[in-house]
Amino acid sequence: MQSNSQETLSTHPEMEPREEQKKSKSPFQLALRRFMKNKLAVISVFVLLTITTTCALAPLFTDLDPERTNLLLIEQGPSDEHILGTNGQGQDNFARLLYGGRISLIVGFSAMFFTLAIGVILGSISGYYGGKIDGVIMRAADIMLMLPFLVLALTIIAIIEELTIPLFITIIALTSWPNLTRIIRGTYLSLREQEFVLGARAIGASDIRIIFRHFIPNAIGPIIVNATLMMATYIIIEAGLSFIGFGIPQPTPSWGNMISEAMNVRILREHPEAWVPPGLAIFITVLSINFIGDGLRDAFDPKSKER
Amino acid sequence: MSQQQVYKQITENREETDNNVLVQVDHMKKYFPIKGGILKRTVGHVKAVDDVSLTIHKGETLGVVGESGSGKSTLGRVILRLLEPTEGKILFEDNDISHLGNRKLRDYRKNMQIVFQDPYASLNSKMSVGELVEEPLLVNTSMSKSERKEKAVDLIEKVGLRASDRTKYPHEFSGGQRQRISIARALALNPKFIICDEPVSALDVSIQAQVLNLMADLQDEFDLTYLFIAHDLSVVKHISDRVAVMYLGRIAEIAPKKSLYDNPLHPYTQALLSSVPSTDVKNRREKIKLSGDLPSPANPPSGCVFRTRCPRAHDRCSVERPELTNMGDGHYVACHLYDNTDT
Repeated sequence: MQSNSQETLSTHPEMEPREEQKKSKSPFQLALRRFMKNKLAVISVFVLLTITTTCALAPLFTDLDPERTNLLLIEQGPSDEHILGTNGQGQDNFARLLYGGRISLIVGFSAMFFTLAIGVILGSISGYYGGKIDGVIMRAADIMLMLPFLVLALTIIAIIEELTIPLFITIIALTSWPNLTRIIRGTYLSLREQEFVLGARAIGASDIRIIFRHFIPNAIGPIIVNATLMMATYIIIEAGLSFIGFGIPQPTPSWGNMISEAMNVRILREHPEAWVPPGLAIFITVLSINFIGDGLRDAFDPKSKER
Repeated sequence: MSQQQVYKQITENREETDNNVLVQVDHMKKYFPIKGGILKRTVGHVKAVDDVSLTIHKGETLGVVGESGSGKSTLGRVILRLLEPTEGKILFEDNDISHLGNRKLRDYRKNMQIVFQDPYASLNSKMSVGELVEEPLLVNTSMSKSERKEKAVDLIEKVGLRASDRTKYPHEFSGGQRQRISIARALALNPKFIICDEPVSALDVSIQAQVLNLMADLQDEFDLTYLFIAHDLSVVKHISDRVAVMYLGRIAEIAPKKSLYDNPLHPYTQALLSSVPSTDVKNRREKIKLSGDLPSPANPPSGCVFRTRCPRAHDRCSVERPELTNMGDGHYVACHLYDNTDT
């Protein structure tokens, strides 16, 4: 009986009503659409973009040099020429806020990118090949995680005689790669057991191809989300280290440096315009990056929303 | 090797080339080590495939049935060399591929492909249908972009999808349609041999029939040879020329379809066939119920692995492992009930 029914059935695909879409959306486009529906995240993108462009176009907003000292104009209150007054060196606070934002954002972004590169490379090798190389990389990560970050960073910075911004970024990236590496490795381990990876191997795809075309696109969600959240952490780290004097060397401005300059009871009490703006800038930037990260997480993994 | 044995081997080889053997599996074993303890020492082996020999002829469909854990999927994957055999040989068109490195294997990959069971896990959801079907061409041939596109459209239509589906993504398709995409992908390199690893067991019954018919049509059109793995005897009956029954990593019985279904010899095959629901009231078989569970492949019973559940087991079964014996007309069975002649 079964064979009879099989012969009468056509070999054509199931003729279920399929709605004809004008254009089919790739999984990435679908994620983007989900992201756009998250108001908080979209607002955060605009806020972050505004902060970034303002800092990037700093010369349009102020003619003053953020590094030029003027000992005749120390700790001035707000005036027409110095909107946010001047600091203890007579440097203009407003110019320092804008130019300092550049530094803080560049440090956060580059350190994130650097960590991402290390994380993707080491995580891919570790998660894809497994075995001994995986053991070596993971034990190295364990050792890095064992050392307290702050102590390690402070020690390295203290040893280095002349700290430059690229060096600072490198130090941050080299001391905080294990988290992202572990996340990527973990994602790979779950992907490795899936049949489509076996299928790719069956058609003779090379390891490089399998990693780039099959693993990374499927792991991109956790990678992007964690990288974003990491950028927020790095901005905080930069501010924190600059605050205690181990960060971006003076006279280069950064948001952390500005707060550090105001570390004085008199300034704190009498000149809130000197330290509130950089503090607020750090707060808003980090908050919007975190909102964006959450939005991306929900967009890439729709299930995570149903909490 | 004595003179006589050499002579026998030569004649056997000649016979095989005459019979158009495409794939030959020779005493193949695949053991997975069980690691235990702090030092990850090997404490035992899961004998997924334990000394299996079979031949697959050009143009035929060999069905492989067995319950889960019988090693049928592992057998398929080792033949395709997605796994390396622990012991034994795999010959593809008389070339030994059992221990080839990845680079040399690539040449053979063009000739052997696989269609997986789970249509939801076997396609990369981030690639469009076009990319999925073109990927084997991109990896293995030097075709230009437009040639690849042309070929992909051709294949997509061959498996019964629309050319416009090329730009869609797997999540827009149902299970049966996804399986068609997998088939198109497997066909892209014009392989001679396709391993179908339970390709329809995840599908609805009505769609199973469509996919099976499609596969049968494609077999005629492209001159394909199938190794068709299933846990369902009725599916195998529909598509196979010969059927092998596996139990705990070994072949219990292998025979032409008609011979196996009409005259099953091994007690396990008999039990399996009797459990298939039948609508034929007059000729209904008496149901043989097997007691117990499948033993662990890490610690299989001595002698005949089936003896713990066999209704007709006797003393000899626990001592000696039965070999596949020819019962005539290509019907082989590994059971002590039938090899009394040489004792």
